[in-house]
Amino acid sequence: MKKLLSLIALFSVLALNAQTKYESAMQNGFAKLKESKGADDLQALGAYYERIAEAEKTQWLPYYYAARHYTIAAFMNPAADKDKVASKVSELINKAETIEPANAEIYCLKQQVAVMQLLVDPMSRWQTFGAQASEAIAKAKEIDPSNPRPYLLEGQYLMNVPEAFGGGKAVAKKLFERSLELFSGFKPLSALHPNWGKEQAEQLLAACQ
Amino acid sequence: MFVRQIDTMKAILIFIAGLMLASLLKGQVLVKGTVKDQKGRILAGANIIIKDSYDGTLSDSTGAFSFKTTEKGKVILVVSNIGYKTLEQGLDLGIDTLAIALYLKEEINELKAVIITAGSYEASDKKKGTVLKALDIATTAGANADISATIQTLPGAQKVGEQEGLFIRGGSAEEAKIIIDGTVVNNFFYSSVPGIAQRGRFSPFLFNGTVFSSGGYSALYGQALSSVLNLESLDIPEKSELQLGLSPLFASLGLQQVAANKKSSYGFSYNWTNLTVYQKLVPQAPDFFKVPDFHTADANYRFKTKKNGVFKIYAYYNSGSLGVRNPSLDSLGLWNAFQLNNQNLFTNLSFRQFLGNGWKLNLAGSISYNRDQIVSQVQNQQYQSVPKTQIPVIDQASFTNYATQWMFQLRAVAEKRFGSINTLRFGAELWNNQDSARFQSVLGLYPSLVKDRYTAGFAEADLYITNELAFRPGLRIEHSSLLNKVNIAPRAALSYKLSKNSQLSADYGIFYQTPERRYLINQSAVDFLRADHYILTYQHISSSYTFRAQAFYKDYVSLLKTSSGFPVVVNNNGYGYAKGIELFWRDRKTFKNFDYWISYSYLDTKRDYNNYPAFVQPGFAATHSGSVVLKKFWVKNMFGVNWSYNWSTGRPYYNPNRSAKEFLSDKTIAYSTNNFSLNWLPKIGKANAVVVLGINNVFNERQIFGYNYSSRVRDADGLLIRSEINPPASRSFFLGVFLSWGVDRTQQNINSNL
Repeated sequence: MKKLLSLIALFSVLALNAQTKYESAMQNGFAKLKESKGADDLQALGAYYERIAEAEKTQWLPYYYAARHYTIAAFMNPAADKDKVASKVSELINKAETIEPANAEIYCLKQQVAVMQLLVDPMSRWQTFGAQASEAIAKAKEIDPSNPRPYLLEGQYLMNVPEAFGGGKAVAKKLFERSLELFSGFKPLSALHPNWGKEQAEQLLAACQ
Repeated sequence: MFVRQIDTMKAILIFIAGLMLASLLKGQVLVKGTVKDQKGRILAGANIIIKDSYDGTLSDSTGAFSFKTTEKGKVILVVSNIGYKTLEQGLDLGIDTLAIALYLKEEINELKAVIITAGSYEASDKKKGTVLKALDIATTAGANADISATIQTLPGAQKVGEQEGLFIRGGSAEEAKIIIDGTVVNNFFYSSVPGIAQRGRFSPFLFNGTVFSSGGYSALYGQALSSVLNLESLDIPEKSELQLGLSPLFASLGLQQVAANKKSSYGFSYNWTNLTVYQKLVPQAPDFFKVPDFHTADANYRFKTKKNGVFKIYAYYNSGSLGVRNPSLDSLGLWNAFQLNNQNLFTNLSFRQFLGNGWKLNLAGSISYNRDQIVSQVQNQQYQSVPKTQIPVIDQASFTNYATQWMFQLRAVAEKRFGSINTLRFGAELWNNQDSARFQSVLGLYPSLVKDRYTAGFAEADLYITNELAFRPGLRIEHSSLLNKVNIAPRAALSYKLSKNSQLSADYGIFYQTPERRYLINQSAVDFLRADHYILTYQHISSSYTFRAQAFYKDYVSLLKTSSGFPVVVNNNGYGYAKGIELFWRDRKTFKNFDYWISYSYLDTKRDYNNYPAFVQPGFAATHSGSVVLKKFWVKNMFGVNWSYNWSTGRPYYNPNRSAKEFLSDKTIAYSTNNFSLNWLPKIGKANAVVVLGINNVFNERQIFGYNYSSRVRDADGLLIRSEINPPASRSFFLGVFLSWGVDRTQQNINSNL
């Protein structure tokens, strides 16, 4: 009885810690995201997820969130060196991809990185990075046709592309509508899996009206 | 029972102790400190992590950091920051707050390091700080999408209105070499026509990298006393495309097919240029009795190998003809008719492969062929060939020259990276040239054949001593079988970074060139021509602004000298110098979607070469020249307007009325031109269109490039009569519509998914 109890005690302490450490750290990050105010906070949050990723090494989600937050931080900071951030983020994406190949969410990240690089010099980079962005979206849709985020990101990108090049509000509007349709039936795989974008789609759709 | 109770109590106690231990384990230690570089400068945004844990933070804008950790005992602290070597430092975590000062070592990397090739102008989309983008070539007013015409708006490159070619820093057109994917292009321009500058043969859209060096270029290249223009062709294009181009001047059709996996692509295009319609719309001063007519076909095949290697084949064939007639100055009422038929073939095969361990291999091969058939005839009023007049200057103006050139090239360059970005390159190349010609005139038939096998070995190293200081020594050894001589050409470049965006560079080099082979028929004991370059460059480059100031001195140690008698004898006694200052300013930021550049060159040059009777400023060199290029683009309407202004002081011209002492002492009027172009990128049906309209010399400014003199007809004052060399039309126009149907995946996906 004594031995049993102490064993239970020991295991429950260890197990509790082991099971929840990763999950609670991830959840903790979600809480921090809600409190974050600017590019600096997002940069710090990116670094936070990168630490989790590098400690765990077998989870793709922390790499995903690290890449995502670094990217958004760079979008928000006009002084950020977008090419440098892109190479850093691409490294994280590659690591995520070796753990979790062929994931639509990762292709969504790839599109965002391509768009970020495109915006450095749209006139001359359009051919290369514009193509990369559309390709990443096409791949994401192919892998997971029920995922609403590829449509959201594609709409967001095409909204700013001149109509002469196949963009414009009318095209984007259809995509946001499609995205929202998919959001209504979308269930993330777990509490830790990506589940963002619905509000953004609603706001962007409103902007297209 | 009691004992049991005690045991249970013990167990509970152990359980509680366990819980306490667990929470004790969670006791936190504060780690704080600062991150700086070796020079004591604050590093913000550095990533500080306890290895294999979740704990860490970023340093703030003052370089300070602090975080709490639940880790205990000996741990490893990892500190990283882009551009710095990652630091791993052992740390012993107790219960007390730890304060540590961290210092990161700067990593030598391409983003931060000084640029070695500061003297060159690069047009590329790959690197950030490039001076020109590939698109700039197509949107420079007055250039009509001609690569060399755009380069003429940069300092150091002289515009010579009556002749094609790159005239760099007091050098003649022959002193510049143009290279595509490692191999020399002998006939980059369409064949010469007297008095009319010709375009380059190749479209700027074939290339994704253009590096123009106005001097002091790398030891990897040779055989150019002045400069090298290095063109790098595209790898696999992004998408398949069907292209159609229409203009009053030409029609073209092209197809580029990219494999679904993007590992390979092939393409071909055909272009027919005929100036019949254009010359009806825009009257030309000379009489084009045979309207310029050119057929061009090209094809390419490219594929990617494993490890990111690329294999490329490109073949270009052009066949063209034209005939132009001008009044003869030697006998009034007669005409000089010039007729040219040209066939040109250029093929290039290149292979680039990473071999692992920092090694990279570049192989290239090329076969090229050019045939010019020139018929020059003295004609009467009825445009019939006149019989022998017994006046030598008139009779000698009738001739035929059939010239054929073959060139075969092989080149191998190995590259090894070591340290972080230090690079060693070495290799060898072989050129086999064979020129044959049959020249026939009243003087007789002169068949000629001249062959040269040129071999060269070269090596250079990029050595980054620090991020601020780099050194590039280079050496080239060349041999020409025709000269039977060997030369050794050292090169060196030293660059020092003054601040984040500015740097100073010094370049030195000895440059050799085999004299033009047409002078070397039946000649002996001729050596290589030689020029020594000394260049000092200051540049400030950010993504929005470029400023560059250069000073150079070029010592023409040996130039070719030809005897005045017949047969001509040549030697190496020619010499000369060129020195000058060049300024370049480009601003892409101050005004939104407005981009402009200004360049100015001062050139002081004199030479005694060829048949010059004196040491003088050559006819192709102007003392002052400058350009202003303006580009405005409205993104919303996809509409752009471009303007350019080119100006230079008069160039010396030969006046046979003067004595040999006054050779080339006359100068033409200054050259000035304003050019306008607009480009509009609408969507026409399913095609992406580019509409280009260009007008050169908008204000109809008078342009005189030089004079042709009669050899015998004199005016009332006893002076030989002359005629001006002008452009064929004072104003020229360009209108073109380019349509491309790409496999637009975006559109496809919208359609298939909605």
